[in-house]
Amino acid sequence: MADFLWRALAAGLLLAVVAGPLGCFIVWRRMAYFGDTLSHSALFGIALGLLANLDMQLTVVLACCAIALLLVLLERQQSLATDTLLGILAHSALALGLVMISFTHTQIDLQAYLFGDLLTVTTQELWWLLGGSVLALVVLLSQWNPLLSFTLQSELAQVEGLNTTRLRVLLMLVVAVVVAVAMKVVGVLLITSLLIIPAATARLFARSPEQMALGASACGCLAVLGGLASSWQWNTPTGPSIVVVAALLFAVSAIIKGRK
Amino acid sequence: MIYHRFTRPLLHCIQATDLNTAPSITATSATCIPQALLHLHGIDYSAGGHHILHQVNLHLKQGQILTLIGPNGAGKTSLVKIALGLVQPTRGTVDRRANLRIGYMPQKLQVETTLPLTVQRFLQLVPHASNTDIVAALDEVGAAHVLHSRLQSLSGGEQQRVLLARALLRKPELLVLDEPTQGVDLKGQADLYRLITRIRDVHGCGVLMVSHDLHLVMSATDEVICLNQHVCCHGHPEQVSNDPAYLELFGQSGAQAMAVYTHHHYHGHNLAGDVVDEHVHDEHCQHDHAPSLLTNPHNHKDGH
Repeated sequence: MADFLWRALAAGLLLAVVAGPLGCFIVWRRMAYFGDTLSHSALFGIALGLLANLDMQLTVVLACCAIALLLVLLERQQSLATDTLLGILAHSALALGLVMISFTHTQIDLQAYLFGDLLTVTTQELWWLLGGSVLALVVLLSQWNPLLSFTLQSELAQVEGLNTTRLRVLLMLVVAVVVAVAMKVVGVLLITSLLIIPAATARLFARSPEQMALGASACGCLAVLGGLASSWQWNTPTGPSIVVVAALLFAVSAIIKGRK
Repeated sequence: MIYHRFTRPLLHCIQATDLNTAPSITATSATCIPQALLHLHGIDYSAGGHHILHQVNLHLKQGQILTLIGPNGAGKTSLVKIALGLVQPTRGTVDRRANLRIGYMPQKLQVETTLPLTVQRFLQLVPHASNTDIVAALDEVGAAHVLHSRLQSLSGGEQQRVLLARALLRKPELLVLDEPTQGVDLKGQADLYRLITRIRDVHGCGVLMVSHDLHLVMSATDEVICLNQHVCCHGHPEQVSNDPAYLELFGQSGAQAMAVYTHHHYHGHNLAGDVVDEHVHDEHCQHDHAPSLLTNPHNHKDGH
């Protein structure tokens, strides 16, 4: 098998594994729109990287984290609802990114960023993905119970001695990092789907939060394998194929579950 | 704003003089009695331009059950949150005994339906709680049968008992219960109050709870604070139920009927206890001079 295929497989599976538990928190805490906002701001990070002539993956990670922290600050003002703030941030960052890219006078393959280009993943990008995924997994696993307590009832967790502000910001930053490094796999427009569809599929059968997280990772891996296979077989775009397989898995699971 | 709840070496007091000033922490051994668990002094609280609490004092000793009672919007939950350190008062001092272990039972637990969680797993989230502890705690609150049930499938009463079990697993010195009987039928309410009294007897913890009705809670509490943004009256439940300020707040018949109405989703409450009326306030300021029942002989003209 060709080198590029191994890299694509490794990148896809790595992302699927970390997307399992992280996707669960995104579903439980209703952060889907937050994930979308971050992925939109990834384009702003790309523009930043082009203009400043820096490593693009680095600027994307920085842009996503900056947007996450900006949201934390704006939410403190409590003048607008969170979804309104997210809408403002998402589309401003996207538009700003596109305007900035036009200034660079470089021809970039926008489609690759929007829908991913898994088959052209470089070794360096793979390292970024590995770093981001390991970081996210370490945080999620070490803080699993506190994060669950916090998700269930924030005030109860706070009275029991947890620093809920820290946990919230931590989770947002983890989402930001994962979204940023995942861009190459499925593209900014489809990242959130890879986080929430496997989690939603696993929810149908899980009886505990841990089962749901593991199940989501497994569903994600199946989707990546299926997507790559179909891309190989029928020459379909890889990122969208992965999402289509994930969605099919969900549909089939929901039907099976409904029959029972 | 940080409370340093578990790090203070002795009984310390937190002074919050102004919203813009960080609370300074000072030792006040003179004003704090050793077995006191919780002492709130001169609490003012406003949020979003509304004055919610004015000059509220509260003192809770070990083994004592103190009930906050008052109409909707009286500031009961705000006061509880201030006592817990979840919310910072605009003015006043909050003293908690050093390293005070608090078991908190929030009004309600709304669990996302997407989060699959059994009662057992929920209780395992309490640090250091073994399965034996969990079974014992559920047993104590009379909910042993729900151990393997899904959290979302519990009835109102079962959910309250599970929350109580979670609070007990922390081996609390202070139990804080925000409307422990919400969503529970009348018979279940009486059972729950008996359970709370028994827990106090067995564990010797102090209990601070919020209730809507005095009549049901009467036999379960040592002291009552009747709250309507300020302390209207306080004392033993019998005293309070005859206090003019209490009767003014709930109305003669309203006071009697409260016990019956509470489980009907509050529809009696607006009649009985709308907070906003300026004259209600003035009225019981005049009544308030009954000497032993008064915590806050407040000024009529201070216009809060």
